[in-house]
Amino acid sequence: MQQFPVFGDVADVRDRLAAAGYLADDAIATTVFLADRLGKPLLVEGPAGTGKTELAKAVAAATQSDLVRLQCYEGLDEARALYEWNYKKQLLRIQASGGDADWGDTHDDIFSEEFLLSRPLLTAIRRTEPTVLLIDETDKADVEVEGLLLEVLSDFQVTIPELGTIEAARRPFVVLTSNATRELSEALKRRCLYLYIDYPGAEREKAIVKARVPELPEELAEQLVRTIRALRAMELKKAPSVAESIDWAHTLLALGLDTLDEEAVSSTLGVVLKHASDQARATSQLKLS
Amino acid sequence: MSLLDRTVEFAGALRQAGIPVSTAETVDAMRAFGKVDIVEREHLRAAFAATCCKRAMHRPTFDTLFDLWFPPKIGDGVGDEEFVPGEGEGGGEPMDAGELSKAMRDQLRDLLLDGDEDAIRRFARAAVSSLGRTDSPAGRQNYFAYRVLRALSPETLIASLLAAMMGDQERGGLAEKVARQTIADRIKAFEEAVESEVRRRLAETKGVESVTRSAVKPLTDQVDFLRASRNDLIELRRQVQPLARRLATRLTAKRRLGRAGKLDFRRTVRASLATGGVPLETKHKPHKPHKPELVVFCDVSGSVSSFAHFTLMLTHALREQFSKVRAFAFIDTCDEVTDYLRSVDISDAMARIAQNADLVWFDGHSDYGHAFEVFADRYPDAITPKTSLLVLGDARNNHRSAAAPTVRRLVKEARHAYWLNPEPRTYWGSGDSATKTYEPLFDEMVECRNVEQLAEFVQRLLPT
Repeated sequence: MQQFPVFGDVADVRDRLAAAGYLADDAIATTVFLADRLGKPLLVEGPAGTGKTELAKAVAAATQSDLVRLQCYEGLDEARALYEWNYKKQLLRIQASGGDADWGDTHDDIFSEEFLLSRPLLTAIRRTEPTVLLIDETDKADVEVEGLLLEVLSDFQVTIPELGTIEAARRPFVVLTSNATRELSEALKRRCLYLYIDYPGAEREKAIVKARVPELPEELAEQLVRTIRALRAMELKKAPSVAESIDWAHTLLALGLDTLDEEAVSSTLGVVLKHASDQARATSQLKLS
Repeated sequence: MSLLDRTVEFAGALRQAGIPVSTAETVDAMRAFGKVDIVEREHLRAAFAATCCKRAMHRPTFDTLFDLWFPPKIGDGVGDEEFVPGEGEGGGEPMDAGELSKAMRDQLRDLLLDGDEDAIRRFARAAVSSLGRTDSPAGRQNYFAYRVLRALSPETLIASLLAAMMGDQERGGLAEKVARQTIADRIKAFEEAVESEVRRRLAETKGVESVTRSAVKPLTDQVDFLRASRNDLIELRRQVQPLARRLATRLTAKRRLGRAGKLDFRRTVRASLATGGVPLETKHKPHKPHKPELVVFCDVSGSVSSFAHFTLMLTHALREQFSKVRAFAFIDTCDEVTDYLRSVDISDAMARIAQNADLVWFDGHSDYGHAFEVFADRYPDAITPKTSLLVLGDARNNHRSAAAPTVRRLVKEARHAYWLNPEPRTYWGSGDSATKTYEPLFDEMVECRNVEQLAEFVQRLLPT
C-alpha cells in the first residue's frame, strides 16, 4: 500500500489548491502538505461556512482524486458507514436454490463479494485509484462511530468476519470535518493532524469573494468585506461566515446594486443574518432604519 | 540548543499553560518539522499547531508561547530601519524624543490607513526598539508596551483616520460604523504586535521562562468569574451558546443510549417485513425524558453580577431542557425577571433588569434574608415539589439576618436545592459570608468559579 506523496512542497499545495478554486493561507497549505507527507488524517474544525468541506473537495480536485463522502448524522452505524450484507438478496438466493442445495455451498455463496454492500469507509479503502475520503460533520455522529473510525483510520484496514481482513490498496487522503458541537475524543484527535479554520482576515476574505464572484467590482468587494467584519464584531447568535459573504456578493450582483449603503444592507440583511434576533440587533447597532 | 531540545521544552511550556500535549504528539511535531522548510516561520507554526494544539480554545495561548519560544528575530533584527527616521539614512542627526515620536505617529497613521498587516507588524518592532526601551543603570535593557502606546497613542488617531477613510460620505450611519470597526481592528492588531514584540525582547534579556509565566492568560473556561475583565466577559458571553449546545447534545446522546422503553409493536412488525415476517429486531419506544422545573434565584449586586449574568444566560439558553424556567433577581429585595430573559436580545437583558426590576428596598446592599422573605411571601406558588431551586450568589449578607427558617421551608418544598457560589471554597464563612448558615440547609453548595465548573454542575443538574 505504498503511496507516494502527492505534493512537492507547501507552495505547490497552495498553487494547486488555488487552481482548484480554493485560496489557502499558510496554515492551511502547510497542514494539508503535512497530512499528505505524514499520511495522517486531517481533522478540520471551525465555524459553519468557512470552507471545511470545500477544502476536501479542493484537495480532491487538486490531486485528481475521486471524493468518497461519508456524511455523519445521529444514529449513523456500522451498516451505513462500513459495510452491510445484502440480506434480501441472500434470502432470495436461498429461496431460489429451492432447499436441495448443500448448506456449506450456500453458506460460502451468500457470504461472498456479490452480497456485500460496500459503504463509504470500505469503498475508500478498497479503491486503487487516488481517493480523498471526506468524513463530514464528525461531531454529529455518536461516540461509538468514533471508535469505528479509530480502527479504520489508524490501520487502514477493515475486518469482515466472513471474508477476512481487507487492507487498503492505497491509502486515501482522509479529511474529517467538525463544527465542534461536541468535543471529539482525545484518541481520535491524537491520530489526526488538527486544523482550525477561522473566519479569514480582511485581505484573504476579499480575495476569496473576488475569486468566487469575479464580476463583483473591487470597490463593492471592499465595502462588503468591511461590513461583514463589522457584523462579526457584534455579539450575534450566528456570525456571518465566508459562505454568507459569497451569497451576499451574488445577491448584490443579482439586484444590480453598485454600492452597499443603508438601504442595500437592510433590504438584503436576510442573506447574511439568519436569526430574527440577530437582524434586530444589527439593524439597531448599524442604525439602518 | 538543538531544535529537538527546543521542541521538548516548548511542549513542556504548553503543558504548563494547560494545553495537553502527549508524547506521541511531540514525536509527530518532530516528524512534521522534518518535512517543512523550517526557515519559513509560519510553516513551522502551522506544523506545531497541527500536531500539538487540538482545541480552538487553546490557540491564543499557543500563539503567545510560540512567539516566545520561536521568536521571529533576534535583538534589533535587520530590515526594520525603514521605519525609524533619522537612522539608517546614512547616519543623519539623531532626533530628540519628541520629534521622533511625532514622526512615527505620522507613519503609524499612514500604515493604519493602508492596513498592510505585515508592515504594521514591522513598524511595531521598530517602535518598540526606539520608543519602548529604557536602559537601567545595571546596563540591562527593559521594554515597556505602555511607553510605546503612550508615545504613539493610536486612539487619538481615530478621528483623523475616520475622516480620511470616509472622505465625503455622510457621518453617523452604516459607513461610519463600518469604518470605525476597520480602524479598531487595525489598532488592535498594532497593539497586539507591540505587546508580542515587548514580550520577545523581555524574553531575550530575562529568559523565556520568566516571561512565559506573566504572558500566559488563563484559558477561557478557567477564567475566574469574579476577576474577569471586560474582554473576558465578552469572550465568556460568546461561549454561552456553544456551551449550551454542547451540553444539550451530550444530554440527548445520553438519553438515547439509556435503556429502551416499552416494546413498540407497530414498528417491530413493520421492521419484520424486511426479513420475511420474522421479527429479528424488536423496536422500543423511547423513554419520556423527565424535565425538571427550574427556579433560579440570583444575586445581581455589583460584586457577583457577572457571574449571575453568565449563569442566567446559560440556563436560559438551555431552557428547552427544562419544562419551565423561572428567574428571580435580588439585591435586598427580589423581583421576577423571567420575562426580561425571554426578550430578543439576551445580552442587554441584564441592563434592563438593573433598570426596571424592583430589586432595591433599603440601601442597595445584598440582603439575602430579606430577599428570601419577600420571595416566599410574593411568589408562594413558584416552588413546587417538581422544582429544582438554584441559588446563585456569594452569600455575603452584610451581617444581616439570614432568615434561615424561611429558607429551610423553601428548600423543603423544592425537589432539589443547590447553591452556586462563585467564591473559592476557602473564603466561605469568612467575614460577612453567611455560607455557614445556608450550606447545611441546601442539598449542596457548589463552588462555581469558572465556566468549567459551571458546565460540570449544569450537566449534573440536567435530567438523564
